[in-house]
Amino acid sequence: MALRGGTPGATYLGGGTNLVDLMRVGVERPAMLVDVTGAVGAGITDTEAGGLRIGAAVRNSVLAADPRVRERYPVLAQALLDGASGQLRNLATTGGNLLQRTRCPYFYDVTKPCNKRSPGSGCPARHGEHHNLALFGHSTHCVATHPSDMAVALAALDATVHVRGPAGRRSMAVSELHRLPGAHPEFDTVLSPGDLITAVELPPLPAARNSLYRKVRERASFAFALVSIAAVLEMRADTVGEVRVALGGVAHKPWRARRVEAALAGAPLTVERMVAAAEAELEVAAPLPLTAYKVELVRNLIVAALSALGGAP
Amino acid sequence: MSATEPPVRAGVTLRVNGVPHELEIDTRVSLLDLLREHLGLTGAKKGCDQGQCGACTILINGRRANACLALAVAHDGAEITTVEGLAAEGELHPLQRAFIECDGFQCGYCTPGQLCSAVAMLEEVRAGWPSAVSVRAGGGAAEEAATLSPADIRERMSGNLCRCGAYVNIVAAIAEVAR
Repeated sequence: MALRGGTPGATYLGGGTNLVDLMRVGVERPAMLVDVTGAVGAGITDTEAGGLRIGAAVRNSVLAADPRVRERYPVLAQALLDGASGQLRNLATTGGNLLQRTRCPYFYDVTKPCNKRSPGSGCPARHGEHHNLALFGHSTHCVATHPSDMAVALAALDATVHVRGPAGRRSMAVSELHRLPGAHPEFDTVLSPGDLITAVELPPLPAARNSLYRKVRERASFAFALVSIAAVLEMRADTVGEVRVALGGVAHKPWRARRVEAALAGAPLTVERMVAAAEAELEVAAPLPLTAYKVELVRNLIVAALSALGGAP
Repeated sequence: MSATEPPVRAGVTLRVNGVPHELEIDTRVSLLDLLREHLGLTGAKKGCDQGQCGACTILINGRRANACLALAVAHDGAEITTVEGLAAEGELHPLQRAFIECDGFQCGYCTPGQLCSAVAMLEEVRAGWPSAVSVRAGGGAAEEAATLSPADIRERMSGNLCRCGAYVNIVAAIAEVAR
């Protein structure tokens, strides 16, 4: 951290699977890279509370293969395995996966205006090619989405992100890490320069044993989500006990569907109720001309995922 | 407080196919460029240079990775295996024999990456690592390892593209060795 603090424009390096690519196309231009894979934890340990603490340097493939993750938090294993390719998962780290940047084609193209990459230059996506960009929470300044699958599962699980910064240590819910774009899309997260993610902690959540991730995309594998869903469901007799739903591919951050959860908690799980719950969430959707198709996808995914978890035929 | 001057060049030590190398290189050099340009090992191919095609797949400490996105200095001390290191004592690796027998390539450009990726993939299966297909197929890790379906092979190999479209025979070659 002292190393990074002493050099303006220094950036942390994890697996490099996004950062090196961004450097090569000229989007990221760090003055120095500080490899932190040896500085933060690379282990997965049981916490006293009964959860799991995941070092920020743990590789995505190792995390997905961990028997504790597969058994206690299957949504996280599935989300990780649905992402990228085997080669990329072997290099990508937990911390880096959270901090990966949008794949909006205008962000990636330094010859194009982009408020995220170049504040104030404009957002050509809004009236251009945006078919795989935001449905929720976007602004006039930016309609980008966060591409991570892992982050969607972590949002549904209410994971905590541990950060070490120049001002000391702090923690936050993963759903508080990423921002909505608002007037400052140049800030993906609430982190300050020098902040280093050291670990992600999963709380104990027995309900998570019944969870899943589903990813809808234009190819069968190795493609980003159009819409994805991380769902957790625990039934108590015939009513919904614990329910968590988070959506991917639809916003600047994993979209925790709290209206869905509120509508379903404590009630029987029927298709009618699931559709109504989805509609409640979709009330705050703001479809763009080319993302309107995501509305139906979101509705169908919510019903399909929760039906599968609820044992519905 | 004075800024730390970032190094432009650095020393890196790598063991490539069992042979140790000590090099002084620009810190921005990828493992792919180090292998091809500095060591003359041109087996790994630069297909996209962005981690999207898999033609550059090599093994870093036994695990498959895209050499194009790996900065060489970040892997100091690593054991690297390239396609040139698969054949032992002049004998083709069983997977190389299977690719020939099953006609698993046309132009051969993706083939080094396919071979390295498949070698490591089969190790992942042996180690009980799940895939997006197997993790949803039900049954435990042991069952997954015992029955590597064509769909599972395709999923696990989805990071290796082949523009000649030799996929059917690539899957057959891998299935042959996985038996």
